Amino acid sequence: MKQTEFLNVVLPFKDKLFRLAKRLLVSTEEAEDATQEILLKLWSKNDRIKEYANVEAFAMTMTKNFCLDRLKSKQASNIKLVHSNYTDNNTSLQRQVEAQDSVNWVQKIMEDLPEQQKLTLQLRDVEQYDFDEIGKLLEMTPVAVRVALSRARKTVRKKLMEKHNYGIA
Amino acid sequence: MELHNIEKLVEKYLDATTTVTEEETLRNYFLNSNVAPHLKEYATMFQYFSIAKEEQFTKHVPLKPRKSNYKWLYIAAAAVLIFGIYFGNDYREQKQAEYVLNETEKAFNLIAKNLSKGTEKIAYLRKLEETTNKIYIND
Repeated sequence: MKQTEFLNVVLPFKDKLFRLAKRLLVSTEEAEDATQEILLKLWSKNDRIKEYANVEAFAMTMTKNFCLDRLKSKQASNIKLVHSNYTDNNTSLQRQVEAQDSVNWVQKIMEDLPEQQKLTLQLRDVEQYDFDEIGKLLEMTPVAVRVALSRARKTVRKKLMEKHNYGIA
Repeated sequence: MELHNIEKLVEKYLDATTTVTEEETLRNYFLNSNVAPHLKEYATMFQYFSIAKEEQFTKHVPLKPRKSNYKWLYIAAAAVLIFGIYFGNDYREQKQAEYVLNETEKAFNLIAKNLSKGTEKIAYLRKLEETTNKIYIND
């Protein structure tokens, strides 16, 4: 497979890989590195790429596994460079900004979700995958996907309501 | 879209029983219309999801064409091999011819040496004849 051909295959979903990586790794730089790594891995086996029925699903699974490995090794070596670490919402000015910028709260709430809920929410509500695809990607049954997704949505809504109420009160 | 319908869909959405198209309807409602105050959390959520979907991977990925390098290596190796056999044959033939030439030259030299030896002896014979002639004449 030639370079241009490969890029044509990869181009439609490379942003999805990046967004998935960012959802898990949080930091943009790390997500970029991870995406690059995955694309290079794909390129290194580009002669077999046509045999895969669904390159996108394959690449998404690769990305998910890669990022989860990355997170595991990071926890093992005790490095946590996640910018959700500093929470300083004491000043009233910041509260106002937060109320305006409540959209960003969703991102922060999602960071605190368990991994499976985070992933289902990302794949469904951001990327609009159907339950079967998500199930295959995450090695879950469609029913389990549904349960995780429902929990994730309810949690996000609940926390968002709490934030809004604090903002008003 | 009626508010009543949206409320129903939102219930289904929380239970994760909505289809992708139903969620599309919800997205359109929450992104475009005036949202009822008691549903504003959903508006925030859908806004965030649509913003999150716009993020793009812009980093350049250096893809090296590794395979074609090997191809050229094969071609070069094959060319060297063919040239080697072709010119090597010529060279070997030349060497063989030189060897044969040397051997024949040696042989000719040997013959020439022996022949000259023979003529020396003949010169000697002539001297003998002269002296015998002298003797006969003197007598």
